[in-house]
Amino acid sequence: MHIDYFALPFKIGLAYLFVIVAVRFVRLILGLSRIDKIRIWKSVLTNKSLISIREAFMEGLLHRKIFRINPVLGYMHMSLAFGWFLLIFVGHIETIVHTKSMAFPFHMPIFYRYFVGGNNQVYLSGFFPFMMDLILLFVLSGVALALLKRIRSRYFGMKKTTSLKSGDRIALISLWLIFPLRFIAESFSAGIYYNGSFFTQTAGNFFRSFLPLEQLQLPLWWAYSISLGLFFIALPNSRYMHIPAEILFIFLRNFGIRLKKRYNTYSLVQVYSCSRCGICLDTCQLNDANIKNTQSVYVLKNIRNNNLTDETLFNCLLCGRCQQVCPVGIETNDLRITQRIESTRQYNSSYEYLKEGEIRNADVIYFAGCMTHLTPSIKKSMVDILSYAGINYWFMDEEKAPCCGRPLMQAGQFDAAQKLISNNQQLIILSGAKQLVVSCPICYKVFKEDYVLHDVEVKHHSEFLLELAEKNIIKPVRIPKRVIYHDPCELGRGSGIYEEPRELLGRYVDLIKIKNEREDSFCCGGSLANIKIQMHERDKIRDRALDEYMKYNPDFLVTSCPLCKKTFSKGLDIQVHDIVEIVAESVSAERKQARHVQKKQEVSLQTELI
Amino acid sequence: MDTVVVIGAGVAGVEAASQLSGFGHEVILVEKNSYIGGKLAKWDHLFPSLRPASEILTSMEEKIKQGSFKILKNTEITDISRRNGRWILKTGKGISLEPDAVVIASGFGLFDAKRKEEYGYNIYNNVITSVDLEDKLKKGEKIRMTNGKTPRRIAFIHCVGSRDEKSGNHHCSKVCCITGVKQAIELRNLLPQAEIFCFYMDLRMYGKDFEELYREAQENYDVQFIRGRLSEASENMDESLLIKAEDTLSGRPLKMNVDLMILLIGMEAGEDTINLCKGFKLERDRSGFIKPKDIHIMRNFSSQEGVFLAGTCTCPMTIGDSIDNARAAAIEVHNYLKNKHLR
Amino acid sequence: MSKFGFSIQETRTIDFEQFDGRLLKYVLEHEPSFRVCLSCGGCTATCSAGNLIDFNVRKMNILIRRGETEGLEKEINKCMLCGKCMLVCPRGINIRNVVMLIKKGIVKFRTIEEPHEKLKLKCHAY
Repeated sequence: MHIDYFALPFKIGLAYLFVIVAVRFVRLILGLSRIDKIRIWKSVLTNKSLISIREAFMEGLLHRKIFRINPVLGYMHMSLAFGWFLLIFVGHIETIVHTKSMAFPFHMPIFYRYFVGGNNQVYLSGFFPFMMDLILLFVLSGVALALLKRIRSRYFGMKKTTSLKSGDRIALISLWLIFPLRFIAESFSAGIYYNGSFFTQTAGNFFRSFLPLEQLQLPLWWAYSISLGLFFIALPNSRYMHIPAEILFIFLRNFGIRLKKRYNTYSLVQVYSCSRCGICLDTCQLNDANIKNTQSVYVLKNIRNNNLTDETLFNCLLCGRCQQVCPVGIETNDLRITQRIESTRQYNSSYEYLKEGEIRNADVIYFAGCMTHLTPSIKKSMVDILSYAGINYWFMDEEKAPCCGRPLMQAGQFDAAQKLISNNQQLIILSGAKQLVVSCPICYKVFKEDYVLHDVEVKHHSEFLLELAEKNIIKPVRIPKRVIYHDPCELGRGSGIYEEPRELLGRYVDLIKIKNEREDSFCCGGSLANIKIQMHERDKIRDRALDEYMKYNPDFLVTSCPLCKKTFSKGLDIQVHDIVEIVAESVSAERKQARHVQKKQEVSLQTELI
Repeated sequence: MDTVVVIGAGVAGVEAASQLSGFGHEVILVEKNSYIGGKLAKWDHLFPSLRPASEILTSMEEKIKQGSFKILKNTEITDISRRNGRWILKTGKGISLEPDAVVIASGFGLFDAKRKEEYGYNIYNNVITSVDLEDKLKKGEKIRMTNGKTPRRIAFIHCVGSRDEKSGNHHCSKVCCITGVKQAIELRNLLPQAEIFCFYMDLRMYGKDFEELYREAQENYDVQFIRGRLSEASENMDESLLIKAEDTLSGRPLKMNVDLMILLIGMEAGEDTINLCKGFKLERDRSGFIKPKDIHIMRNFSSQEGVFLAGTCTCPMTIGDSIDNARAAAIEVHNYLKNKHLR
Repeated sequence: MSKFGFSIQETRTIDFEQFDGRLLKYVLEHEPSFRVCLSCGGCTATCSAGNLIDFNVRKMNILIRRGETEGLEKEINKCMLCGKCMLVCPRGINIRNVVMLIKKGIVKFRTIEEPHEKLKLKCHAY
């Protein structure tokens, strides 16, 4: 039996790869929770699988998301991924057409040009070589860009590129060698068999003029096979594990599996799926503070290599900008929190001193939040509006109350946070209130996601005020000011509330449309989630955001978070207001107007009586 | 004869102008307001002796009468440029000045207490600053809460806008502590029944007779001092204020209802000073004030040739220190002009 | 050593010759901003936990500086990490990190035998 020895490295490598990846996938799936496994079972035969296949195609091959953010980077990834896919796919079709059957040696399409000579032997003889040459050129352009990116990342509009470990280096070099070697091998074969096209045949003719191609052909095909094999073997332990992992990730995500607070293998799936594209490095605002080694891609790398330090893990604003732009859809924020939970497992407090607080009955509970007590204008405005609207409310943390619990969660003290949560939860439910209104987006997120409040609606005050405006309980009055609305991280990216504050504000002032708003908004730098950052570093982050806003020349800034307000107004000239202050001013003006009218009516009544 | 332009007719500006004209130079004093005296015109009685501020103003007016220098009131410097090594200053009224030397005496700015939102200035009713209080004392107003009641308990809060990273001012404003003690004594005279407290982090009684006044405040005026920084204040139903501080010396948190809260606001670089720095391209300190060429031996020189500094535009000072400083500036200018001719 | 972080003996004077500075050194190494505390008390005044129980952040920090680590664990666990203290601190100290480092330090040093060494800190530590 004829054995093509030179194809063996390729075959061995591929077999190894399949086995390792299959074993890993099985382990990962088995490590999921029971509910998640049921989810998989229920979804695998539905159209969710089809959606996943489509997404795998669009993102895994075409890299559409990367393309949108950074076209050159997107082209690079696409040319390698999609180009290689096309080489395999079109190559198989070429082989099927040539052999007129589906039974051919497994490795034939890969080394086609070695096996099949001259132009006369294939139908549509010029078409396939042309296509294959074109695709090869496409892929090689990507390889060239990849090389360029590693040397000069600035040309890619990227300020940073990820640093490499030795296992990654082998995989990287072998990957880069694959296509140039293929090109040379095919050119040599073209020089002998005349089976190339515009790219390989031209090169082949050139080489034939001064090289002994008959001797050199086979060694080159060996080299190509070896580089393929080497890449396959190196892949499972390198960053290129992201290629298969990403596909598994897409399927699992579409089946409804989400990251939990407890560490399970889904986190590992996400860790493997990171393609180290580096987009998260550029969007991270910590760069402005010269903090350049704690971004998501490094955390994921450290998790894989088991050397994650507190300095890296806790130095993140959890602003969500990286999660927003990640082309693979890795839940970077939640992943970090699970790691923080692991890191602080040993010292969760018990908070035994929390007593049952006094319960009051009301329709609406107002929970200001810890930070709001340091911005009393927000507190006062809310209270004014609530009493103006005649609402039966209970200002729950007016004198003293435990913190909502989210800062503890962000620091990883999940169990400790549960104590605070259960303490507050009881009071809220037993009060009989229908709505819980909060002023602080940090509180809002935890009340919405982690508290079990049954049928108590949780609303941020901007949503609540908008409702009041729509019911005509408060009547907005326009003032001629141009204003920028700053989206707080926890309310915007964190909870998806972008429109309600704008709708409400738009009834009072002119909102300036800016480039970095909604999902792309800046973080003010005040984040409680970052435990390690210093005050002067936070200032730099805040300055970046402010510099951007000042370019639009606003009359003042408006936000809906007391922490953002405090951070922006620290020692600066531009005025910052919370939405509720603007509403309250208008309400108090209306009150004065109403009283004025009332007085006039009284006076005119009196004159009538006289 | 050499011309000198002095910018600012406050305490330092008038003193520098008076001395320089006494040395025989032609002096033009530029003042943006319609009155002289700058901040001094706002004060009622001065520490440490509680003498009336009007006495200083009177002495300034005497100097102006006896001096031979011109004052341009309601005039601001709007444009600054340099040509052939000389400074060209244009005023808002279209006058162009080409002095041989410039003295900047533009004074200081006051910290805007609204920036310290948690203290409730402009949000709650009975929170005022030391400057507001001085104004009331000057006008002879009765010190009352906004609802007309007589305050039974008053709190002075030290270090508002000074020594505070959150306000953007790391420096100590030097004179606020003694101002607090002085105003506490004055309030005691007006409200003999009230309880008066001062909440401080440190007591900076560095000047002549300062420590003695502090002792007097304790001994004869029953002013109580609590070492603890106010973290926030909130308003009660009856418009009194609830103060939260820690009594660090007994090591326990403290809660107190007060009827009136007085914030001792600090000094910072004023807007005029900042604009002049931009125009003359002068270096500023980390604290925002103008940076003198040498902090020990060249305190009146700026980083630019021919531009001299007098008074609180360089750092917080008392009135006496400003006058000293202005006299020193005059001597430096005089020597500078003398040497210019010798070269 | 078994006493580390467990019980309080109130009658003792602060004996600098019995100073156990390991925890202080650990905290200062990882959070240098802790050096500039001037004990103004703003943090304690605003503390959310301090509102509910007798928890004194400033006092705890001072005690660490004096090497008084007994009874620390019980105290430090009262903190809710809400962050108000940091928003008030005039020196800009990263107090939440100090709390986390103390928690971590206690766990770390608890398992090591106390050597009762006189740890000589460099003078700029104060």
